Amino acid sequence: METTAEKLQRTPLYDLHVELGAKIVPFAGYEMPVQYPTGIIKEHLHTREKAGLFDVSHMGQAFLRGPDPARAMEKVCPSDFVGLKEGMQRYGLLLNDQGGVKDDFMLTKLADEADLYLVVNASMKESDFAYIAKKLDGELTLIPRPDRALLALQGPLAGKVLDKLSPGIDFLNFMRVTRATVAGVEAIVGRTGYTGEDGFEISVSAADAEKLARAILADPDVLPIGLGARDSLRLEAGLCLYGHDIDETTDPAEADLVWAIGKRRKTELGFPAAEKIMARVLNGTEKKRVGVRPDGRAPARDGTEIAAKDGRVIGKITSGGFGPSLNAPIAMGYVETPFAADGTEVDLLVRGKALPARIAPMPFVPHRYKRGAGK
Amino acid sequence: MTTYYTDQHEWIRVEGDEGTVGITGHATEQLGDVVFVETPSAGKVLKKGDEAAVVESVKAASEVYAPVGGTVTAANEDLSGDPAKVNAAPEGDGWFFKIKIADKAELSQLMTEDKYKEFVAGL
Repeated sequence: METTAEKLQRTPLYDLHVELGAKIVPFAGYEMPVQYPTGIIKEHLHTREKAGLFDVSHMGQAFLRGPDPARAMEKVCPSDFVGLKEGMQRYGLLLNDQGGVKDDFMLTKLADEADLYLVVNASMKESDFAYIAKKLDGELTLIPRPDRALLALQGPLAGKVLDKLSPGIDFLNFMRVTRATVAGVEAIVGRTGYTGEDGFEISVSAADAEKLARAILADPDVLPIGLGARDSLRLEAGLCLYGHDIDETTDPAEADLVWAIGKRRKTELGFPAAEKIMARVLNGTEKKRVGVRPDGRAPARDGTEIAAKDGRVIGKITSGGFGPSLNAPIAMGYVETPFAADGTEVDLLVRGKALPARIAPMPFVPHRYKRGAGK
Repeated sequence: MTTYYTDQHEWIRVEGDEGTVGITGHATEQLGDVVFVETPSAGKVLKKGDEAAVVESVKAASEVYAPVGGTVTAANEDLSGDPAKVNAAPEGDGWFFKIKIADKAELSQLMTEDKYKEFVAGL
């Protein structure tokens, strides 16, 4: 049993955050930097213009060991993990028995290694690890790695910055992963992130985390970025935040995450509630996840009701705030499917007032991932 | 001209029967970058402690309460186009609204600048 007054944990970079003047807040059981003295808007814009370093060591890292861990994971996920090639990673959805989303995660198949490398959300890690271990008991062993830290370097200059510390790493393309030495530190480096920008996530031993962070921050193009800007960046990129935009009550069909169901899996099935989910993919769902752009300047926060022009409530905002790159409020949420088309006029019920808004395509800011054949 | 402070981090600068209201530097430091301000319309009657305005940062929305009762006489229209003024000059150009004070006796329940500084230091 967990006690309610659990002591907050710290990542290996906590002292560095304090030294850099971070404002520390509790998040997912950790004391995390929400912003540095730079401020959320400048941190956000700097990441889109140059490069930002994020501490995401609170996330759950683990290895999956077994005779065929990819095939085993397909029992609890709709992704095609059997087809995941060496040196690649893939987005996955962990489903409960009803087909609701228990968490989203990234799974990596490193070259010449039998174990798969898993990264899950901080707030869900204990629950996920227990669920996977129980559901796939006898097929794989989940080995949590709380001894590892995770840094994200994001932004258009991320490749240039990291290549100086790990020559050749800039050849890595989007969603590719390799073991590499970065600033003298052994790391797992993936060309991935949660901002919509080009960038990397770098997993290292906790003992090496500060050395690596200081080496990256020594580059004049890099600023430390807190969780505040991480949230505004991912919202502009139209990326879901687990527990807000997706949870155990939403399924991949209504969450507009059908792309996360592997092509082979759509016909072979064999994932939780597969028939039900595929029927909903084909026949449609009652509600759908959409982007929302308020016409005015007032942000609409998580929980704000969305109404049709006749006043009837047709949905709810699940993430909402301000997009610094757009200099405008943005949101995402769920609406009844007949209202989900881009451009549909709706009202947001904010503080008792109906504020006009429109359903809008996501991402709000185009993704700029590094694809193609090296540099 | 005297400035009084509330424990909710509003300030009111009093000249005659009129007060100018805003939020303190400490409040803006806690909020971070301000991206939206909703001010009350002129003519609105407020009681002490009523929700008078809304200030939103990137992260969250917060209410601004009336430090005293009275009638709103003006709102700072500049804040709708440039809410960052609240961060830049919270006790200057970043003021929220002016109010005709109904009962100046209510001011005695507020803090002086020195008392407010002590209050913030103790937080």
